[in-house]
Amino acid sequence: MCTKIALVGSPNTAKTSLFNLLTGMNQQVGNFPGVTVEKHWGKFNLPDGRVAELLDLPGAYSLNAYSEEEKIVSDILHDRNHEDFPELVVVTVDVTNLERNLVILTQISDLNIPVIGVLTMNDMLTGNPIDTNEMSKAFNGIPFLKINGRTGEGKKALIDFISACQIQPVEAFISFPLKKNLNLAEARRDAEARKSDIVRRLTEVPSFVRESHDTFTTKVDKILVHPIFGYGIFSLVLFLIFQFMFVISAIPMDWIDSIFLNFSQFLQGKLPEGIFTDLLTQGIVPGVGGVLVFVPQIAILFFFIGVLEETGYMTRVVFIMDRLVRPFGLNGRSVVPLVSSAACAIPAILSTRVIGNPKERLITILVSPLISCSARIPVFVLLIYLVIPNTYIYGFIGVQGMVLFALYALGVIGALLVAMVMNKFIRSTEKSFLLLEMPEYRWPRWKNILLHLKEKVQAFVFDAGKIILAISIALWAFAAFPKLNEEQTAQGKSQIEESYLGQAGKTISPVFAPLGYDWKMTVSLLTSFAAREVFVGTMATLYSAGENFEEDESLLTRMREDINLQTGKPAYSLASGLSLMVFYVFAMQCMATFAAVKRETKSWKWPLIQMGYMGFMAYTLALLTFNLFS
Amino acid sequence: MKKSLANYRPGECAQIVGVAEHAMGAKLIEMGFYPGKHVKVLFRAPFNGPFAIDAGGAVLSLREDEASLIETIDC
Repeated sequence: MCTKIALVGSPNTAKTSLFNLLTGMNQQVGNFPGVTVEKHWGKFNLPDGRVAELLDLPGAYSLNAYSEEEKIVSDILHDRNHEDFPELVVVTVDVTNLERNLVILTQISDLNIPVIGVLTMNDMLTGNPIDTNEMSKAFNGIPFLKINGRTGEGKKALIDFISACQIQPVEAFISFPLKKNLNLAEARRDAEARKSDIVRRLTEVPSFVRESHDTFTTKVDKILVHPIFGYGIFSLVLFLIFQFMFVISAIPMDWIDSIFLNFSQFLQGKLPEGIFTDLLTQGIVPGVGGVLVFVPQIAILFFFIGVLEETGYMTRVVFIMDRLVRPFGLNGRSVVPLVSSAACAIPAILSTRVIGNPKERLITILVSPLISCSARIPVFVLLIYLVIPNTYIYGFIGVQGMVLFALYALGVIGALLVAMVMNKFIRSTEKSFLLLEMPEYRWPRWKNILLHLKEKVQAFVFDAGKIILAISIALWAFAAFPKLNEEQTAQGKSQIEESYLGQAGKTISPVFAPLGYDWKMTVSLLTSFAAREVFVGTMATLYSAGENFEEDESLLTRMREDINLQTGKPAYSLASGLSLMVFYVFAMQCMATFAAVKRETKSWKWPLIQMGYMGFMAYTLALLTFNLFS
Repeated sequence: MKKSLANYRPGECAQIVGVAEHAMGAKLIEMGFYPGKHVKVLFRAPFNGPFAIDAGGAVLSLREDEASLIETIDC
């Protein structure tokens, strides 16, 4: 039959390229049950009109499973009744790395599953090309083919092989039986026997010449993992990514914002007045815009991470950063996501899939929203204008700037400390280890990067997007109802003040009174769950002033003059202002982050825990700040 | 004299003689640290960070914890 095919291979063997080459745009993504490892599958046509299904299994060096990815591969291939059990396994083998990549091939063959070896990276060999017939002969008749993932050369031969499906039985490589969950000694015995068997068989392949490690790569590595230059270059790379995420992405984000704003206004003008129009123009359209506005940053981050992974540089980052981030329970691969959360936590959280260890990945997800993102800037700036004097220490250190810097530093320190604590408390099924191949440097395969990027954006828009849209419609409804009656309108009250949200804010404001907040601030804390910068808009509405406080002073003036009715003192004092800033550093007021964490952890548990611990920290530290400064 | 791979410094060569009894044992062997194999330490990350080992054709990075499981002799 050969229509149910699984693709297996060690990491760095161009497995993804082969998957993309065979299935093209005919791909689907999901998750393996119970774990957060992505499952990719697709279809392709055979010459006789039949359709073959291809399952891309996670990268694995061996069926002696150690990582979560390897366990999945092992579980499926050891279980003939598994729904994903294949009729044929295609194993990608990097010809520059034969000894290591053939382990899993001979293991699968020993399970009596039909296999074919696909030799990749043939153009990376400096010497002779490998002869596929010699390989077959040395490896008990397992068929071998060559594929070039970039040009597609060899694709037809592979499809013809699958179509013909002429599978010969293969004699066992290692005589003692391979079974699931071998004990330590058995696994070692299998590994040692298999390894020496492969080394011996490779000596029977005349075209195989053992090549020493690529000298170009070693030369480049001398600089890229250098104790000084290595960190300098990585800092530059981070700076570049950050610039793109922060500055360049602002351009398309502004377009998206204004397109949806204009569309909303257009609809408002065309449609008859009423609840349905309001729902559409104030709930749904801005909600969709609020999802799409994240797309530029997600695309940019995934593009850069794709380039870092594809070229092989990411493994060098892991190498130089591992020792520095390990005390915090983080992974070398956590660094790019964490730094990019200074622009926005959402792309950062989505990009944590590259972190293999589930615990290190979870910690990265849980702490990344503590790093101050760009949405906090308008809140910080407004509050700094209000309560921090525009004076200079020693004539050149601006106090306002210093406070802004301190808020950022507070977020970073908070993230690292929380990571450290979580490292102690989160139990892990997988011990942290580092055994990572640092592959030769390669030119990135753009098609792989773009396909992956497209898939990520789609997943965010259609998966996390649903939750974001639902929450934004709910927030709109709570803020839009009940409608003001004539008396309230005559008194000059604002809609938000009398809405359910406003009433809720007033009701719970005693809870926030110890932090120095009045009911207006409490209402703004609630509306900020849509996104932190909404704080400014809510304040503008509550004080009936313009939102653009840097040009129009009215908001600042009115906020400054406002008196906290409970205390009789100015609502915005140094103490209450700083307390509010500290609250915004720590609180998880962002429904998009919530939705992204839900998507990436596949549970409601973790986003709720995250909201809980961040809220607790925000409250406690804001309380402390208020009391310190008043 | 028997040592572990963790005792070596960049530029030094080691011959693997065995791998300690450990959950990672089989993994290390499969990755290329099998008895008889000659490997070379290429780099070491600062602050006692990971080792980068040339294990014939490919470079592998591993922490001191993993390196100390690999028994070696000088070569």
